[in-house]
Amino acid sequence: MNRYYWILGGFAALVALLAIGLGLNPRDVPSPLVGKPAPTFNLPILATPDKTFGPGDLQGKVWLLNVWASWCVSCRAEHPILVDFSKKVDVPLIGLNYKEVRGDGGFDMNKMSPEEEKKLAFQRANTWLKQHGDPYKLTVMDLDGRVGIDYGVYGVPETYVIDKAGVIRMKHTGPINPDVLGNKIMPLLAELNK
Amino acid sequence: MIPELGHFALILATLVALILGTLPLLGAHQNRMAWVALARPAATAMALLITFSFACLTQAFVVSDFSVVYVAQHSNSLLPLQYRVAAVWGGHEGSLLLWMLMLSWWAFAVAMLSRQLPEAMVARVLGTLGLVAFGFLLFILITSNPFERLLPAAADGKDLNPLLQDFGLIIHPPLLYMGYVGFSVAFAFAIAALLSGQLDAAWARWSRPWTMAAWVFLTLGIAMGSWWAYYELGWGGWWFWDPVENASFMPWLIGTALIHSLAVTEKRGSFKNWTVLLAISAFSLSLLGTFLVRSGVLTSVHAFATDPQRGIFILIFLVAVIGTSLALFAWRAPKVGLGGRFGLVSRESMLLTNNVLLVVAAATVLLGTLYPLLIDALGAGKISVGPPYFNAVFVPVMTPLLFMMGIGPFARWKEASIGEILRTLRWAFAAAMIVAIALPFIYGSWTPLTALGLLMAAWVTLASTLNFVQRVRHTRGGQSFLSAALRQPGSFVGMNVAHIGIAVFVVGVTMVSSFQEELDIKMAPGEHVDVAGYRFTFNSVKAVEGPNYFAAQGDFDLAVNGKFLRKMNPEKRNYHSSQMPMTEAAIDAGLLRDVYVSLGEAIDRDNPEGEWAVRVYYKPFVDWIWGGCLLMALGGLLAMLDRRYRVKARTSSPVKTPAGTQQA
Amino acid sequence: MKSRHKKLALIGGALAVIGIIAALVLNALNSNIALYISPTDVAEGKAPQGKVFRIGGLVKEGSLQRQADGVTIAFVVTDTAKDITVNYKGILPDLFKEGKGVVAQGKMTGAGTFTASEVLAKHDENYMPPEAAQAVSDAQARGAGNKAGEAPGDDKMKTGY
Repeated sequence: MNRYYWILGGFAALVALLAIGLGLNPRDVPSPLVGKPAPTFNLPILATPDKTFGPGDLQGKVWLLNVWASWCVSCRAEHPILVDFSKKVDVPLIGLNYKEVRGDGGFDMNKMSPEEEKKLAFQRANTWLKQHGDPYKLTVMDLDGRVGIDYGVYGVPETYVIDKAGVIRMKHTGPINPDVLGNKIMPLLAELNK
Repeated sequence: MIPELGHFALILATLVALILGTLPLLGAHQNRMAWVALARPAATAMALLITFSFACLTQAFVVSDFSVVYVAQHSNSLLPLQYRVAAVWGGHEGSLLLWMLMLSWWAFAVAMLSRQLPEAMVARVLGTLGLVAFGFLLFILITSNPFERLLPAAADGKDLNPLLQDFGLIIHPPLLYMGYVGFSVAFAFAIAALLSGQLDAAWARWSRPWTMAAWVFLTLGIAMGSWWAYYELGWGGWWFWDPVENASFMPWLIGTALIHSLAVTEKRGSFKNWTVLLAISAFSLSLLGTFLVRSGVLTSVHAFATDPQRGIFILIFLVAVIGTSLALFAWRAPKVGLGGRFGLVSRESMLLTNNVLLVVAAATVLLGTLYPLLIDALGAGKISVGPPYFNAVFVPVMTPLLFMMGIGPFARWKEASIGEILRTLRWAFAAAMIVAIALPFIYGSWTPLTALGLLMAAWVTLASTLNFVQRVRHTRGGQSFLSAALRQPGSFVGMNVAHIGIAVFVVGVTMVSSFQEELDIKMAPGEHVDVAGYRFTFNSVKAVEGPNYFAAQGDFDLAVNGKFLRKMNPEKRNYHSSQMPMTEAAIDAGLLRDVYVSLGEAIDRDNPEGEWAVRVYYKPFVDWIWGGCLLMALGGLLAMLDRRYRVKARTSSPVKTPAGTQQA
Repeated sequence: MKSRHKKLALIGGALAVIGIIAALVLNALNSNIALYISPTDVAEGKAPQGKVFRIGGLVKEGSLQRQADGVTIAFVVTDTAKDITVNYKGILPDLFKEGKGVVAQGKMTGAGTFTASEVLAKHDENYMPPEAAQAVSDAQARGAGNKAGEAPGDDKMKTGY
């Protein structure tokens, strides 16, 4: 021991603090909604705009809700995985299109009427799905992002797993990768469907 | 294909860094000259590979290759070419690669410019740099690969954050990183000295120019960032005590202490342990800054997209680098002998005080930056520590530092006489007092803080000038004053220039915080407003279109005393590809003041040609803040080029030019 | 021994300086930190009176109001459970938008009204100020928790990817 070891002690304390700091703000903390009933909504369906869909319609089934938008670059990264998933797995995958027009930013919302926004949003979403493939059983349109706020959506993409009782069992923020799908989502789906 | 080549070069560079970080160090330890000789070629190869890799990423940006995720997220087909190039370091992955590029260039520079050093020393320095590089390269490859593909490719990129689409982004990060990373050289020299046990004046002399170079870059980088924030953010401030700013300021404070302490170690052989500890700390704080910015533990305007995996990696790296070097220090330091003794009043004791004050300042910044984290970790809630804390702490710590800055250069090494110094400086102090008392009155109002700031600025300027003049007189012999002045050593001239730079900076800070005027007001076309004698007439707002944005452009006339000065055209931009609006202030810069106008928002959104909320500023002497920083950097440059650092190099190669003309 | 006296003097001086600086720092910290408080906390009367603090949440859609002078502004900040009206004089930051996250620093002035000296907003679709994100997620946890009859969680949500 000598008089210089206190420096190491100080450094160790600093590292401990930083490590705790890292633990305080992880990105993938369970959402406060996990374990809670999925917030209800009633939104128009992309393919059939005069009809609406709500979580109640899938009561008794295990299903996935995937938040996406055509302007979202990360969505494009996860999309092939979703397309592949929908071909192989028989679990309803519902798309929640989040702020298709408003979120893009290339538009001056002050100069756009709600009707125009609606038309443009449906058109853009349809084109995008045609281009990249449509893995969704159906997609609902959340033009103003209110439902997104209910679900605590802060960024796109996000994915929720909802069980037979309509309770959110898992939330994944950010693009889905094969690891998350294979090791987290698939086992959970298998367990919930038992 | 090219991104894959870049990725491959990066992997090769990692292997080379591993070789550089192991064999030369072992070779130096076991006296195997073949391994020692590997250091230079390995450093060169690493620099080449990383430069190639960086060029590949740049190419992907230039041709807008949106099949690369990083490009798709930070560029856009509409982005002008210069910003596409700057966008290479506009995000986390690319800026890390830039960091690495700088590190490899520093290592290369050491390899090239170290002919006068013993081979074992070079091997140890480059080996240490190689280990640091290896850690960073692993970090890039494992968590932050900039070459990752996006398939299918994006149709268009997400665009660079509009705040970053500016000249500032092109030069601020490279300068800052050169400074940050440059301290790795001082660090490597310190580690090499600890390893070899050769902690002496020669070691201090070798590391001085390198430390000075890093300090010059860091000074310029911070100043550039501050200037950028001032004109680009449109908030009118130049320093916000934001965690990321603090992260760059702490290494600067410690680096400043280090360049002073190195002087003592070189001249007198004292402070050896302290100097080594400072060299380790300066680089450690650079790493800590990286951690704070990229791990997301603190919130900040600058924060990169965060990822806990990255945070954990950097923390492990931090522990490995800093922990190992501190342990090495604790193990070796007690064996280092003390240097020459010195009296209570001496150049040494003054520089010691300088060091203590700078370290205290850095510690208070560190405390203020980490305090919210500490409180959060203790579960006592979320808090923020604002600028008032830093201002309240900084003024009392900096005042004695500035006062000492005037006296220190007059003190002799070993033992100085207070009486003699006081006699020399009494007129300078009296003159500074007069300035401090009179000038604020001329400017309108006298407050103690204004007077204190001006007193210190005048004091440092007068004392530094006197110091220079006195020395020239003593050494002139038969020459004219001018030619004797030009023949002073670079480090002496540099010191006084840098100190005057501090004084200029202090004038800027004092004047702008005492006498600035600011007004937020609603204006309709045709109306005018007067601020500090300047009349701003709001003529109109019209829609304009830029390469990748729409903007509302204001048309203002600036006049003083009824005389028209110029048009001012602030803009409110809306970028096509991201939804962020951006304020572009119009600034009329001048030696004694800036005036500044920026558009807030249209009062009625449906009528953008009608009334607007407008912000108008009058900022006296604000440009002196950055002017002072430039002088500091110039001083550092002069000191770095001092001819005595090249003496040995010249004895080994024949002198081609007379010594005098080589002076920069 | 002269050198021992000198050493004692040095140590004494150093201790005195450190003491002064520590006092200075602690005093500055004490008077210059702003606690972060959510709109729900304010509604429950947990806001400190006459002291600067920060609130965070979302700017309620349609709540932005401008006074006749054009630069005095009022808007409602919500954590989706409780609302609070914020008054502010000055130019709002570029990224301030209804429906988006915001953090305001200031004091309580009157019942349920907060007067901000500073308004911070930083976000794109992938970002909300962490304090704002936390306020919303806390409120949701409480809301959902009440329905499910459970204690509120204290998860934090960090965004940006």
